[in-house]
Amino acid sequence: MKIRVLVAKPGLDGHDRGAKVIARALRDAGMEVIYTGLRQTPEQIVNAALQEDVDAIGLSILSGAHMHLFPRIIDLVRQKGLDDVLVFAGGIIPDPDIVKLKQLGVAEIFPPGSSLDEIVDFVKNNIRKKQPGSGPVKTQP
Amino acid sequence: MKAVDPDTTTSPRERIFSTVSGRTVKELYTEEALADFDPERDLGQPGEYPYTRGVYKNMYRGRLWTMRQFAGFGTAEDTNLRFKYLLEHGQTGLSVAFDYPTLFGYDSDNPLSYGEVGRCGVAIDSLADMEALFDGIKLDQVTTSMTTNAPAAIIWSMYLATAEKQGVDWKKLSGTIQNDILKEYIAQKTYIYPPRPSMRIITDILAFACAQVPRWNTISISGYHIREAGSTAEQELAFTLRDGIEYVEHALRAGLAVDDFAPRLSFFFDIHNDFFEEIAKLRAARRIWARVMRERFHARDPRSLLCRIHSQTAGVSLTAQQPYNNVVRVALQAMAAVLGGTQSLHTNSLDETLGLPTEKAVTLALRTQQIIAHESGVPNTVDPLAGSYFLESMTNELEKACLEYFTRIDAMGGMVAAIERGYPQREIQNASYQFARAVDRKEKVIVGVNEFVVEDPGPVDVLVIDDSAHERQSAKLRALRSERSNERVDKGLTDLKRSAEGTANLLPPILECVRAYATLGEICDALRDVFGEYREPLFD
Repeated sequence: MKIRVLVAKPGLDGHDRGAKVIARALRDAGMEVIYTGLRQTPEQIVNAALQEDVDAIGLSILSGAHMHLFPRIIDLVRQKGLDDVLVFAGGIIPDPDIVKLKQLGVAEIFPPGSSLDEIVDFVKNNIRKKQPGSGPVKTQP
Repeated sequence: MKAVDPDTTTSPRERIFSTVSGRTVKELYTEEALADFDPERDLGQPGEYPYTRGVYKNMYRGRLWTMRQFAGFGTAEDTNLRFKYLLEHGQTGLSVAFDYPTLFGYDSDNPLSYGEVGRCGVAIDSLADMEALFDGIKLDQVTTSMTTNAPAAIIWSMYLATAEKQGVDWKKLSGTIQNDILKEYIAQKTYIYPPRPSMRIITDILAFACAQVPRWNTISISGYHIREAGSTAEQELAFTLRDGIEYVEHALRAGLAVDDFAPRLSFFFDIHNDFFEEIAKLRAARRIWARVMRERFHARDPRSLLCRIHSQTAGVSLTAQQPYNNVVRVALQAMAAVLGGTQSLHTNSLDETLGLPTEKAVTLALRTQQIIAHESGVPNTVDPLAGSYFLESMTNELEKACLEYFTRIDAMGGMVAAIERGYPQREIQNASYQFARAVDRKEKVIVGVNEFVVEDPGPVDVLVIDDSAHERQSAKLRALRSERSNERVDKGLTDLKRSAEGTANLLPPILECVRAYATLGEICDALRDVFGEYREPLFD
């Protein structure tokens, strides 16, 4: 089974260079990648993750609103029973915020300059492989 | 037999030497590289066609470039203080950064604005905020650049209405609105409406400015965002200038005369790491634009031929790792911008990969320009690198590559059509991916990132934006909505929609809404009702 990853752009910024490069690198590494497009609300992102039955959500944000939006996304992920979905992120995120976000449950945050291989390997090695039938119960969004 | 110089036997460090954009660079350039070069035709004199050597005769000997640092955060009152600080420290022009809700035409109390208010720029919700932004700054005493695109007509109307309130004649106003919507679809992605109605708004602005605000620079045709999104230097050059051609064509179709609006078009380029390529890019831009305006559009006024350039050092070249290295990158890039003959310059601050810059970092960035201006000696003579085999040959190559892109885009039916099929977007995506891979493979070295790495470079101060802007703006909006004449606002919005459905110029009805203190969100929504909203298709 291919690893399925949702690459998502929360927040209002239009900087999609990183998101698109990562999406392509993951795809080149053999994963199934769904890109949300720009300006997605936390609700839209988590609903997409649910519908697409992904193994991981990669969040990219450069607007500075991560401390507002990421905690909401993590909350919604838990509410929807997607606890086994790996959430990782990248963008302009200062070190003190990285510490806080990791405590909240973001598995890893890749600052500017992170290598593509490093990100690909991280996703490969950290998804919590689902056993058939043990995935989240699908609910209507 | 001649003795062999031992140096010539050293094997090259690289298999292929290339620019940051992947353009091959030869070991040596000689007069052979310029076999077809005609200095009279291709260079001319500074201030003369085709302006390769600069748009003014004596360039920086007459007046230095404008040092224009982009600033904005929090509320209008917060940014007003930063502006006054910058003016006191010798900055010569203002440049306004707006927050994301303002760029997208949402009020601060819109749920979509959550977490974004005042964060990446200043929050402007109504004329009241614009008045506060320029409180104590007389608008005929400064030139102001405003980075606004999709809602440019509204933000500019707020500026014009602020001038009215200050008693300043519009004819004395000077400044720039970015107002370059095409590069939004291509790269920056802060669009609201679909491309075609957006082009109509822009031609309305051009027509209004010609008649009423003659010294205003109506479009800053921008390569900066295209480059930052990952394009090569030649793509930046080509897409930017082709966007310029598109604006001229649309304005002509709307019935404007080329020499009435073309002198107020200006350009904005990114200055990346590759020193000579960037200098060549600016020189090529001037030559191509002059030729296009004369040959393709038959402009007669020499001012219509000038590619006047604002530059900004490349934000994307800055690294979060060892951030003090960024000071050196910025200095080299700024030097390239000056050698390339820029008219104004923003130098980035060392901490911009971490957040908005601190005051200390901004001052250092401004000092970098002042050192180049007053200590390096570089501005003492005009276009000092002209005639260099390498530089002239790079200038020629970039021009040729750019013209090839023009041919392809013309064949697609122009830039709007090319954008609708995702052509420039895809070209940029491919280039940015190739660059990221090259960095991963260490084919391109980034000091402190993939070579010369240290684990802990030590702390850097980061500007923390407090979260109070959202509260403060929302309170101001509540007060505004209860104090203003909502009847006048409703009438203004209804009239605006009617104009939008027809073909009348949109500026007068927008100005009327602004004067009635309609909010940015209300005015943008009125136009959304008529024009719809653009959603980007996925161009994979």
